[in-house]
Amino acid sequence: MFRSRKRAIGIALFMILPLVLAACSSTGGKKAAQAAAAGGTSVAAGHANTPHYTIAMITHAAPGDTFWDIIRAGATAAAAKDNITLKYSNNDDPTQQAQLIQDAINSHVNGIAVTDPDPQAICPSIQKARAAGIPVVMFNAGVTTWQQCGGMEYFGQDESIAGVAAGKRLATAGAKNVLCVLQAQGQVQLEARCAGVQQGLGSEGTMSKLYVNGTDSSAVLSSITAELTRNKSIDAVITLGAPIALIAIQAIAAAHSTTKLYTFDTNAAEIAKIKSGAVQWAVDQQPYLQGYLSVDSLWLYLTNANVIGGGQTVLTGPSFIDSSNIAQVAAYAERGTR
Amino acid sequence: MTQVAEAPVTPPPIRDERVGRKSLLARLLARPEAGALVGAIVIYIFFFIIAPPFRSAASFSSVLYVTSTYGLMATPVALLMIGGEFDLSAGVSVTSAALCASLFSYEFTTNVWVGVLVGLALALFIGFLNGWIVVKTGIPSFLVTLGTFFMLQGLNIALTQTITNQVASPDISTLQGFNSAREVFSGSFTVGGVNIRTSVIYWIVFCAIATYILLRTRIGNWIFSVGGSAPSARAVGVPVGKMKIGLFMAVGFMAWFTGMHTLFLFNTIQSGQGVGNEFVYIIAAVVGGCLLTGGYGSAVGAAIGALIFGMVNQGIVYAGWNPDWFQFFVGLLLLGAILLNTFIRRRAEAAA
Repeated sequence: MFRSRKRAIGIALFMILPLVLAACSSTGGKKAAQAAAAGGTSVAAGHANTPHYTIAMITHAAPGDTFWDIIRAGATAAAAKDNITLKYSNNDDPTQQAQLIQDAINSHVNGIAVTDPDPQAICPSIQKARAAGIPVVMFNAGVTTWQQCGGMEYFGQDESIAGVAAGKRLATAGAKNVLCVLQAQGQVQLEARCAGVQQGLGSEGTMSKLYVNGTDSSAVLSSITAELTRNKSIDAVITLGAPIALIAIQAIAAAHSTTKLYTFDTNAAEIAKIKSGAVQWAVDQQPYLQGYLSVDSLWLYLTNANVIGGGQTVLTGPSFIDSSNIAQVAAYAERGTR
Repeated sequence: MTQVAEAPVTPPPIRDERVGRKSLLARLLARPEAGALVGAIVIYIFFFIIAPPFRSAASFSSVLYVTSTYGLMATPVALLMIGGEFDLSAGVSVTSAALCASLFSYEFTTNVWVGVLVGLALALFIGFLNGWIVVKTGIPSFLVTLGTFFMLQGLNIALTQTITNQVASPDISTLQGFNSAREVFSGSFTVGGVNIRTSVIYWIVFCAIATYILLRTRIGNWIFSVGGSAPSARAVGVPVGKMKIGLFMAVGFMAWFTGMHTLFLFNTIQSGQGVGNEFVYIIAAVVGGCLLTGGYGSAVGAAIGALIFGMVNQGIVYAGWNPDWFQFFVGLLLLGAILLNTFIRRRAEAAA
């Protein structure tokens, strides 16, 4: 019994093998991507002959969020150019993130680039790093408190300013009832964006909020569909992340809604949707720039004692990706740098 | 009704209550899913009254859709719980299977159906591994699958990052076979102007199969006996080890199926997805009458449990309640459903 079953499995596997070999796709996939990439070039800017340094980059990235891929791409490119070994780590729990900073201090890195989503938890560790003589630059999150925290420089977008800019543009586009979709509850930067949108809209329109479970695509799809079914007067949906925008496209179709879709942040798949017109525009905070400048500014400080920004925030956004500049940006998005 | 007639003033003559006939209502209420059914009806009426958009057929189709994504997994999870085990890796297994299928077909530029089969093999292997470790070591499945939960979560992110240099799987919608796979796993059809996703049908079919197995087959009896008392089951010749491994593999199979649905609906899979859903599956099974200790429960109950969760999730949005309170209301309504369930079961047991 046992023997014959084993043999049966063996025969089955043997029969599947040629099937697998014969079943190649002649469209799409990696082959197509490689063929397309053969023509393009990646971002590379030579190689510095300065001493070798090790820099730790510690972020609050949630597992699986595509936004951080672009930040990492920027940081990696700068590190490669600057003769730097980049140690990347992330944890979306602030106390764990603070521990990662402590680990970086203990391993005597030459510089730290850090995001600060929760000043109470993160600041003490940043101050410890400065006390240990390690230069710290901050980026992406913590725009209101980075000076008190002891950061030397800050690269990022003021989420409120970005929200207001988005709100103003929505008002210009004639949006009256805006739905702001938050993919997590209790995150300061997401709330700041929605509040900014409301402020930017001013008296031109109203804004309502919808919380969705960002870790479950099907649940996101159903929740947005439900809200669009409930409130037929919604004429603009703004999502706070590229993956959510992609799901919102399906939700709008499922609810037979004519609402227009706008979003914060981008990834390659979403850029394609701006091109096709399914997404009107995206608020871009240029994550590649945030990652790149964080590492490059540490290199400038370590090799030439330069400090960028004069004690003020260096704003990397908001800029907008829309039909006017999509053709240019799309090519860069394909290779993962926009 | 017979009970009323038989209720005497003096103590009844000695009579074995196990062979006594019970009324239809009493028998219905004694079913594991009875409490959940009442809870589901109460919640349906509740939202029907307070949320006008909830009343339309299109809205209910949307409720059924989100229910089916939980229900597909709650069904095998309920069987596993009746068999006395937990699977905390069930939520991330869905993502693992989908990532595996997607990355395989993308990286090797194969027909997506090849990736689909590779994903199935992986999902079954995860189930087998969970079951095998539990059976061989005797370590509680809560701990074993907690370990695999973290491992899979890490593998999902690390391997996706290593292979694709990003944290989501690439878009596979241009590969050959994608359209047929989408038809099979994530299709939809229209009945009377209402769009229904096929996952709803699959969910009902799988639930029916599970119910048939549980109530009408020898394997069903074995599942109950294994969960009730593994040593006694073993003593009467039930292959306890094989049963448990089989149940874990059933969870793996459905994780694959659910993963394929998600993959072909959204074209890409984010590697961090699925975390937390394992508890939704377990909640659905428990609300539906499964005991945390095993040996008792039903597949229909798990389906109703999933429906309660789906209705609460969507109903709150349809009702337009303050979104800040969303999680609170989800918890409150679920707790209410469980309390009602327990109350009805106690009454049914007392009446029996």
